[in-house]
Amino acid sequence: MQHQTKYNNRSPNRKLTFWEKLYLPEIVRGLLTTFKHIFRPKFTRQYPEERWDAPDSFRGRPVLVLDDNNVERCVACGLCSRVCPPLAIEVQASETELLKERYPVRFEINMLRCIFCGFCEEVCPEEAIVMSKDYELVFRNPEDAMYSKDRLLTPKAELKGRLDFLKSMRN
Amino acid sequence: MILEALVKIVLVLIVVLTAVSYLVLLERWISAWIQDRIGPNRVGPLGLLQPLADVLKLLLKEDIEPTQAQKWFHWVAPVISITVAFSVLAVIPFGNSITIGGREISLAIASNVDIGALYIIAMTSVGVYGITLAGWSSGSKYSLLGGLRSSAQMISYELTLGLGLLSVVILTGGLDMGEIIRSQASGTWNIIRAPLGFIIFLVSSFAETNRQPFDLPEAEPELVGGYHTEYSSMKFALFFLAEYANMITASAVMTVLFLGGWHVPFVADMGLSSVVLGIIGVAAFALKTLGFLFFFIWVRWTVPRFRYDQLMDLGWKVLLPLGILNIVLTALEKYFLIH
Repeated sequence: MQHQTKYNNRSPNRKLTFWEKLYLPEIVRGLLTTFKHIFRPKFTRQYPEERWDAPDSFRGRPVLVLDDNNVERCVACGLCSRVCPPLAIEVQASETELLKERYPVRFEINMLRCIFCGFCEEVCPEEAIVMSKDYELVFRNPEDAMYSKDRLLTPKAELKGRLDFLKSMRN
Repeated sequence: MILEALVKIVLVLIVVLTAVSYLVLLERWISAWIQDRIGPNRVGPLGLLQPLADVLKLLLKEDIEPTQAQKWFHWVAPVISITVAFSVLAVIPFGNSITIGGREISLAIASNVDIGALYIIAMTSVGVYGITLAGWSSGSKYSLLGGLRSSAQMISYELTLGLGLLSVVILTGGLDMGEIIRSQASGTWNIIRAPLGFIIFLVSSFAETNRQPFDLPEAEPELVGGYHTEYSSMKFALFFLAEYANMITASAVMTVLFLGGWHVPFVADMGLSSVVLGIIGVAAFALKTLGFLFFFIWVRWTVPRFRYDQLMDLGWKVLLPLGILNIVLTALEKYFLIH
């Protein structure tokens, strides 16, 4: 009973006990707490050596899915570029002999504009643009931040985690 | 004689300046460990070259002087702070005297000063000028507030600091620092003979060195940077240096007054040569001082800052009466038990 009142009654208006008013025992208690923390395991991640493994739900740099037959899934419908809030995506369509009839002859994402909202991925009818786990985006000049098809296309196998995650969220 | 003193001064300055820069590293490490972090570990092995990088950075910074500043006082304030912080070291005995080649060398810059304890109290009072002048001469209201707070705080706590010291003086019967240590070496340490005096002196030391929980002169959330808001580059570094040097001197003084200085129990009877004894003494002194320094840092990351009125309440309503009571108790103890 006494134990309960000791820890539950922490309202600022409560009467302090004699030992609490003395202040020194409470300081010693605090000192012991901080001293214990010195020997606790540390939270710090030594970043460049120790990297973070993002979960499948992570929204990193958007990429284009390259299917198993080495053709991009994208049919250049332009929905992603339409829905993109900061207008970071530019798509230029063209015709192809393949079954999908259309393909993007040019596909550019300006990574200085991208806000990683994931709308492009959400709106895509072909599941052709998905968010990857890449969060290390460093550029020396604005031109480097323009990701064109050669840097966007990623084999399907590398994106398996994200694609499975999307499937699990769909229903 | 003069040459001997000069050599000692240079040695002590080099050791203390190095200690100060490494104390900053120690503070960053301990704060990190207490907060479950790792702390600086990038510059050199284990981050041991971090102080070098810090100093280099401060040296390369631009020295900005506000147009509203009182130029001369703005310049002299950090100089006063650092001078006072180091001058206290003059009377602190780092070890027992050693004999080399039939010549007795005492391990203190100014040995046998019969007013050592009084000198320390006097010098710490002068330290207030550095901070108050810095606050006033900067021409900034935050600096001024910090300076005012520091003058009020340091003058209030000087009283209790003096009262805590007085209990040691009563027990020893003198103000000579060497004599204070010798009296503890022949009996018990003063921390056992005057525990209340020790606590009073310890708390006042925290206030005198402007360390948490009494760092109101530089309370960041309220005063930006307090008295050193308008300082940059090496002048800021001097204040920084002075704060940590003050910590070292305060720890050294407490070691001398309450923990028996260089005295290690039972070692004196082992029949070692005076040089070996001297080295053991200096090592013991350094270790005890380091313990106090750790305590300073440890408390900083545990106890939150006091409110200004709480600080004054504690100083005037609690510590001052306790200090007077302690004097009476120590006097009775001296009369009935020791005398």
